[in-house]
Amino acid sequence: MIALEVLYAAPPVLTLHAPILLVISPLIAACAAALAPSARVSWMISVTGSIFAAWMALALVGEAARHGTVTYIFGGFAPPLGIAFHIDGLGAMMALLISGAGVMAAIYSGHSLKVEVRAEKHTLVQAGFLLCQAGLLGLVSTGDAFNAFVFLEVSSIGTYALVAIGESRDRRALPAAFNYLIMGTIGATFYLIGLGFLYAATGTLNMADMAGRLATLSDSTVVQAGFAFIVVGLGIKAAMFPLHGWLPGAYAYAPSLISIFLAATATKASLYLMARFIFDVFPDGASFEQGFIAWVLAPLAATAAIVCSIQAIFEKEVRRMLAFSSVAQVGFILLGLSLATSAGFSGAMLYLLAHALLKMTLFMAIGALALSSRYRKLDDIAGIARDAPWSAAALAVGAASLAGAPLTVGFLAKWRLIEAALQGGQVWIAVVLTIASLLTLLYVGRIIEAVFFRPAPAGAPRAKEAPFGVLAPLFVIAGLCIWFGIDASLLEQLANGAARALMGAP
Amino acid sequence: MNFLATHFNYIVVVILLMAGLFLVFSSGNLIKRMIGLAMFQTSAGLFYISLGKVSGGTAAIAVERGSAEAQALAAQVDPAYAAQRGFEGVIYSNPLPHALILTAIVVGVATLAVGLAIAVRIREAFGSVETSDIEVLSRVEATQPGPQA
Amino acid sequence: MITLPASINASLMLDIVLLVMLLVVAGAIVRTRSLLAAIILFSIYSLISAVWLVVMDAPDVAFTEAVVGAGISTIVLLGAILLTRGETEKPDWRKLIAPALICASVGGLLIYAAMGLPELGDPASPANAHVGRAYLQRTASDIGVPNMVTAVLASYRGLDTLGETAVIFAAGIGVALMLGFGPRSSLAPPPAQLGDHHVTLRVAAKMLIPLIALFALYVQFHGDLGAGGGFQAGVIMSVAIILHALVFGLRETMAAIPPRVARSIASLGVLIYAGVGIVCMINGGAFLDYDYLFPPEIEAQIPGWILGDDAHAPHWGQHAGILGIEIGVLLTVTATMVTVFYGFAGRTVDDARREARR
Repeated sequence: MIALEVLYAAPPVLTLHAPILLVISPLIAACAAALAPSARVSWMISVTGSIFAAWMALALVGEAARHGTVTYIFGGFAPPLGIAFHIDGLGAMMALLISGAGVMAAIYSGHSLKVEVRAEKHTLVQAGFLLCQAGLLGLVSTGDAFNAFVFLEVSSIGTYALVAIGESRDRRALPAAFNYLIMGTIGATFYLIGLGFLYAATGTLNMADMAGRLATLSDSTVVQAGFAFIVVGLGIKAAMFPLHGWLPGAYAYAPSLISIFLAATATKASLYLMARFIFDVFPDGASFEQGFIAWVLAPLAATAAIVCSIQAIFEKEVRRMLAFSSVAQVGFILLGLSLATSAGFSGAMLYLLAHALLKMTLFMAIGALALSSRYRKLDDIAGIARDAPWSAAALAVGAASLAGAPLTVGFLAKWRLIEAALQGGQVWIAVVLTIASLLTLLYVGRIIEAVFFRPAPAGAPRAKEAPFGVLAPLFVIAGLCIWFGIDASLLEQLANGAARALMGAP
Repeated sequence: MNFLATHFNYIVVVILLMAGLFLVFSSGNLIKRMIGLAMFQTSAGLFYISLGKVSGGTAAIAVERGSAEAQALAAQVDPAYAAQRGFEGVIYSNPLPHALILTAIVVGVATLAVGLAIAVRIREAFGSVETSDIEVLSRVEATQPGPQA
Repeated sequence: MITLPASINASLMLDIVLLVMLLVVAGAIVRTRSLLAAIILFSIYSLISAVWLVVMDAPDVAFTEAVVGAGISTIVLLGAILLTRGETEKPDWRKLIAPALICASVGGLLIYAAMGLPELGDPASPANAHVGRAYLQRTASDIGVPNMVTAVLASYRGLDTLGETAVIFAAGIGVALMLGFGPRSSLAPPPAQLGDHHVTLRVAAKMLIPLIALFALYVQFHGDLGAGGGFQAGVIMSVAIILHALVFGLRETMAAIPPRVARSIASLGVLIYAGVGIVCMINGGAFLDYDYLFPPEIEAQIPGWILGDDAHAPHWGQHAGILGIEIGVLLTVTATMVTVFYGFAGRTVDDARREARR
């Protein structure tokens, strides 16, 4: 069993500046990738930048486990005058997730981009991908609310065009990207308006300072309006039901690199910010907040879990099915958060990590199968296990994790959530979780049945096994799904550290 | 009525916000929706600037103490007002919202440019920028790849 | 109620009049069916906003809104409708009910919440009394630049501005990915340019372009002292380049500044900005802590006459740091606006129609 405190992975001078190096390295890599002379060089820059960021994230996880919080003040001006990064257990966990997903997606993209996107665009695609990564990493590190808005937009603006690039394979990527842009911008602007109300009430933008000042102000309409707008804005970005309309199109038609990375990270980063605001910035005893969690957050999350699982069952296209599944799983995470207990938070964070892993596996596997043939509908991938056994095996692992089969990380995470719900006395949440899991079994079953047990349609082109460059990251992630299913101690430490940070005083 | 006078800015900002949002949701033309989105974003900026305004204030550019400009600005402020609010000399408006909205305006134009670029590509791929046409075409030929570009 | 002196009442009247004008223009934008009319009205909206911003004591923001909103946005919108149809279709009245209800209810909630806000212009409101006032009091001693908005933007909240530069860079990448590849009109024989037929335009452009570029540089370097800064300067510089393309032909401009070079300059700008921060880190400070921009040995050797007077000497690092990052911002903004223009202008109507017919 590896204790997190042991992660002392970087020399002291780098660890001192790790918070900003975490964000700057993908940013500088993005500039370098845009300047790169060839697609291959830009790919290598992308992988290197992502690996460096992941290294910094590991160092930060260790630091956060040792000291509780890592603070980094910019420009020599302490907040609230200046901006500071404030990385605690939760932020470090998110940073590790984002940078780790970035490394895997970057390695995977070496081959997938060659097939899916025109060669001359690759340098810009890698640059956009790295900018998205930098934005998300900044979002989870910052302690300043407006800085969070800026990084949110950094990550989003590159992504809109990157989703639209998928149009060379399916032109529906274009309206999907446009829709994503509209909804994403409305969400960000709602967040800005809400922040304006909070600024009007407190006079500061630093989240810790704001929390201190809001402790006495929770009855004012201005603060409540601020809360409402911030939650709705971030809810759109996090694809919270019923604001999730943009997600299925954006995930389904984007190139593999983008759907893999976004499925693992983008909505979860917005969820992170929402959880920060609900549980850290706003005072815990506020009656409107309790009411919101009990009467709005939990019911909407439950509806998401059940309704979107049902929608996934009836979906004919595989990637759209996975996208609806993502919305449903976000409902799971929100249900865990709405318990507002330490066990609930821990379960929700564990589920967040588990879901990132298994969705990455699924999207990577589908992408691998798609490299050599059409893959859109379930009929297209029927019988593909015969021709591409390795990819199909990884797909099976991911699907089993999603369904919550024992020995996979999905099982462990679901178990913890249900346990936390029962402990917290919210039996109805446990019931909803169980029903939704059974529904998950249905659509996962459809995928497995199509891939393994149905014969290939007559006249369909034979699929080829994916090359090693694609299989390697796929197997690493699939392997992690199984390893963490057996020994989840590392994940549990991360999740518990995150839960402690969320429960503790700001 | 007093509320109307003291909070006029905020009421107008809210109406402008909703006008922009209405355009985004109700218009069927992609370009018009982008214009609505741009209106929505800039109106959020107007909100912040209204928060930062100080009565009798001037732009947040420091004037030299004791210069003619400083004296002229100080002379414009009623001594009774200055005494009530506890200021001396020149009154400045709050610079923080200005810096924030400068950023927000630039983010807005960035979004506009990307959105319009996608709209142009939609026109090339679907032949129209009306959402009704695009929906019909998406359903009819669901798997047609876009133009090679 | 407090008695306000006449000058404050005048600015309040101006504020109300301009806001009413904004309402009228916004209403016209919502109602009009013609896209060209909507775009021109939007440009007018931006200009009136810019005037209103001056009345609200925000000249920097007014400057930015005028160049960005009334300038670049209009260019980009016009480019977009050139490549698509010009009229909207008749709206289906039933489709308007749901959005109207949503907007009315959200608007009602917002106005209800706005009732709790402090009154306009209150200097004792939390927004104006806490961090805002601290900036006013501390800028002179911390940073030493007269323009406090630039001080906040470039020094106190420099990380935000780095993010903003990254946003612009990302937008340039996005537009380049969408419109920068494919059939290029620069390879086709150029259609007759404006300058071919109109000598007046050619001569006027030849005089104006260098003046515009000079003005851009002035705005750039005087951003610390008056209204201005990297963003405004970058957009103005790009306008000079766009004017050149309009009068002398896109092909000429693309020969002078190829699209790939424009993208590279944009990357360079972000690298310069991040580089300034990293130099500060290497010299022992935090990221973007300009006081550490120069190691003490070098700083001791800077002759006093460069700074003008000894009073500014302690802020040498801040001044140089702000200068450095603003140059990065200038490069990225100019290059990105040029890239965006190339993207829209580089696809002619013929190309678009040809694609659409396929």
